[in-house]
Amino acid sequence: MSKISIKIDGISIDIEEGQTILEAAKLAGIKIPSLCYHEDLRVAGNCRVCLVELKGARNLVASCAMPANDGMEVSTNTHRVREARKHVIELLLSEHNADCTKCYKNGKCELQNLASEYIVGEHMFLDLVPDKHYSIDRYNPAIVKDDSRCIRCQRCVRTCEQLQSVSALGVAYKGAAMKVSTFYENELFEVVCTNCGQCVNRCPTGALVEKTYIDEVWDALYDPNKHVVVQTAPAVRVALGEELGFGPGQRVTGKMVTALKRIGFDSILDTDFTADLTIMEEGTELLRRLKRAIVDKDPNVSLPMFTSCSPGWIKFIEHTFPEYLDNLSTCKSPQQMFGALVKTYYAQKRNIDPANIVSVSIMPCTAKKFEADRPEMRSSGYKDVDYVLTTRELATMIKQTGIDFLTLADSSYDSIMGKSTGAAVIFGATGGVMEAALRTAYEIVTGREVPFDALNITPVRGIEGMREASIKIENTLPAWGFLEGVELKTAVAHGLANAKLLMENIHAGAKSYHFVEIMACPGGCLGGGGQPIPTNADIRKKRAEAIYDEDMNMPLRKSHENPEISIIYEEFLGEPLGTKSHELLHTHYKERLRY
Amino acid sequence: MNEKTLKRVDIIFTPEKNYNEVLERTFRRPNSDILNDILDSGLRGRGGAGFPTGMKWKYTADQESENKYVICNADEGEPGTFKDRQILTQVPYKVFSGMAICAKIVGAKEGYIYLRGEYKYLQAEIEEELNIFHQTLDKLKFHFRIYLRMGSGAYICGEESALFESMEGKRGEPRNKPPYPTVSGFRGQPTVINNVETLVYAMMICDMGPEQFKELGSKDSRGSKVFSVSGDTPIAGIYELELGMHLENFVEDFGDGDTKAVQVGGASGFCVPRKKFSDTIIGFEGVPTGGSMKLFNSSRSMYHVLQNYLEFFEEESCGQCTPCRVGCQQLLKGIEAVKKGKKNSAYLDRLIRLATTMKYASKCGLGQSVGNSFVSIVTNFREEMIY
Ligand SMILES: Cc1cc2nc3c(=O)[nH]c(=O)nc-3n(C[C@H](O)[C@H](O)[C@H](O)COP(=O)(O)O)c2cc1C
Ligand code: SF4
Repeated sequence: MSKISIKIDGISIDIEEGQTILEAAKLAGIKIPSLCYHEDLRVAGNCRVCLVELKGARNLVASCAMPANDGMEVSTNTHRVREARKHVIELLLSEHNADCTKCYKNGKCELQNLASEYIVGEHMFLDLVPDKHYSIDRYNPAIVKDDSRCIRCQRCVRTCEQLQSVSALGVAYKGAAMKVSTFYENELFEVVCTNCGQCVNRCPTGALVEKTYIDEVWDALYDPNKHVVVQTAPAVRVALGEELGFGPGQRVTGKMVTALKRIGFDSILDTDFTADLTIMEEGTELLRRLKRAIVDKDPNVSLPMFTSCSPGWIKFIEHTFPEYLDNLSTCKSPQQMFGALVKTYYAQKRNIDPANIVSVSIMPCTAKKFEADRPEMRSSGYKDVDYVLTTRELATMIKQTGIDFLTLADSSYDSIMGKSTGAAVIFGATGGVMEAALRTAYEIVTGREVPFDALNITPVRGIEGMREASIKIENTLPAWGFLEGVELKTAVAHGLANAKLLMENIHAGAKSYHFVEIMACPGGCLGGGGQPIPTNADIRKKRAEAIYDEDMNMPLRKSHENPEISIIYEEFLGEPLGTKSHELLHTHYKERLRY
Repeated sequence: MNEKTLKRVDIIFTPEKNYNEVLERTFRRPNSDILNDILDSGLRGRGGAGFPTGMKWKYTADQESENKYVICNADEGEPGTFKDRQILTQVPYKVFSGMAICAKIVGAKEGYIYLRGEYKYLQAEIEEELNIFHQTLDKLKFHFRIYLRMGSGAYICGEESALFESMEGKRGEPRNKPPYPTVSGFRGQPTVINNVETLVYAMMICDMGPEQFKELGSKDSRGSKVFSVSGDTPIAGIYELELGMHLENFVEDFGDGDTKAVQVGGASGFCVPRKKFSDTIIGFEGVPTGGSMKLFNSSRSMYHVLQNYLEFFEEESCGQCTPCRVGCQQLLKGIEAVKKGKKNSAYLDRLIRLATTMKYASKCGLGQSVGNSFVSIVTNFREEMIY
């Protein structure tokens, strides 16, 4: 890459060839407003807010879409630019249901921010909203789509297509009628939408938001007859701070637990506990499948085995690769294992009627809301998880409680399903489930720790969309002699577009593996659809670093060493994949339509 | 007094039974010679934007790529334009020959004709003609094939980059430029896209040489052009006329004696009122047109004319970019509000500023040209907008 020099508002800057004017301006410390632009997506250039004056050009140019050339002279502040910017914002507002106090994104809306910067007083143009007949899709348990808030920037459409290869959202009609819609304009719950919420993460306004259950949770908390239990997912603790005054990559585990106590939850427990439990069940399942394949030569055993913790991935495979459903681990996700145990094991131990337990989970995820609603997820005899809140919703509750989060003291999780290991924390990052499973499975089979420095299986970590790693199994314990010399082949993918590519490789026979981890969201759960907004590669990297720091700081770093795990098997479950486990912790999924 | 009178020309529609002879002759010449002729002729695109055709071909020829394409834009969506249909009906082989010559110069092996959806009835005929043409090419040992693709009735798919998207099976939304088609067009490859008529002129320049072509027209607008004449005229139809004519002379020949305005260039063109006929030149130095000339006499309400255009744009905008999608709605609703007395006449000035913003802020030529008819009609017929 060669260096070039351009001038913006009289300031000369040297930049890499291939960068856009918008990127160059950022480097020069000049803020150009934008809406349709998003770092994770291909450039659209459709909102026209980022227009600038380019010397020699007849028209204004969209700075997000214009590559900088050597010697270019750009002005971001001319009369034409100002008038165009104001016109564009006014036009967007004229099509927009700007009843901001009734909007879920009030105070967090990019259009509202621009309006407050550029619009003074009266609107210039006619209000077009009354003639629009906008509709709201509220029938999905995870995501609400409100067309009256949409500014048609297509960030969601590009997210769904480019990052997720799902294309549940697309553009329908043209001209004044143009809108973001679905196949046959069906409701989101009827189409291929995976509920991953990546679109929600990138929507600049309130057009796509999570379905919120904050009020239901407050009601439960204030109900004296209810025992409200909360579980927190691994990735929440490394991102929650972003909503509450910390920079990206700050771990706030202890503060979060204190805040949950202050909010009034009766018991603050950890999804990390069931992440460890997942490793016990899933690791055992993998070893059984390998035995059936290698020793019993059973032709019906499905390999590779796929992880099943990511509910976005589950719905994706149901729609897109249903012929591989038998390859999914039968393990429920840690959230749902937790839910099933709270209303059985935990209820027994605490001597509480499960009918009076309200089980809440805090997740980095919107798909978990859908997952909790699945008919498969009622094995306790009740709805195993009653309400799922995103990281963002928890932040809202903390703010509503009036807590000064920045200065909060740390607390520890409560007991019975509150203990966890570093192996569970890393579930929050892509490659983490794989790493956790290998730490345990390798040790079960060989009696030795995985042969990586400080247990850090770095080949499965990182940000590339697809990664492969293999471990040679040597000097096994006698019971596992059949695995002697086997090269255990694994692969990891995150973001459904990468998952799709990986699946196509497997399907074409180009690749074969024993164990594959797939997470629906870019970066894994730390980049989940319920995490703080904004998101970008840099923020996700910082969250990942925080996750691995948290792992390094845990006294125990292997799931099978979690003392509460030993206790639950002794007292309740018996053994991994035992009868009780089957009843509560495992499930099967069904094929769905491809469109 | 204008020194020039209208000159009728007959280049496009003359039957050229011996087109294979023209091709044979042209194929034997070095590319640089042919290209120089096209450049020298001063031929500019007849689809509206008027980009010099020789330059377009040269830029594409200069690109390194295995796959390049020649595309004939036969979407003919501009209201009041109906000449490409006639060309493709009467002299299709001249269009194909223009494409083949272009293919030779730029190094393309495939060509496409993107035909307006409503012209589906022409499909079988064109395909039959293509079969014959391909045989001619085979005899000349020139490896080039032309395929027909049907549009689906969206005006925006006539815009070149939206047309590529449509041909690639995607939604017809214009792309960001740069990159331009000569660098990255159909399937991301270097592509020449020309109007039907442009391609015929290119072929005819190869036949008759650039001199004869250059003699016609004015400095900035060489040659002649096919016009679609409609509206309040006793002789509506298709006419090939020399470029650079004065509108006054045109109205003398085509008007009904009561012409109050001429819309030059269709809905996306300019409206010229009677008082400006005498100093308006039709051509790139004056008011350009893709071919449409629509005459209005004094029985017409210019308010309704503008309302009709705006209804068209409000529906035919692809809808992706803000100034065009919402701007069209605001202009339409805005003049309606003024007409009904819900907004005062000063609101028209606000709308003119908006139309001006649309011109330089929209992503593609559609949104950029809505202001042409809007500003010219509202400023010249302001009274009719209000009362
Ligand atoms: C909205 C819109 C519609 C257009 N429709 C047509 C069309 O129907 N036919 C055409 O030849 N060019 C059309 N154009 C112009 C093309 O984008 C392009 O400039 C032209 O095909 C180039 O050919 P030329 O250089 O031979 O004129 C349209 C442009 C716009 C912005
Ligand atoms: S100017 Fe109009 S037609 Fe062109 S890209 Fe924008 S919305 Fe689409």
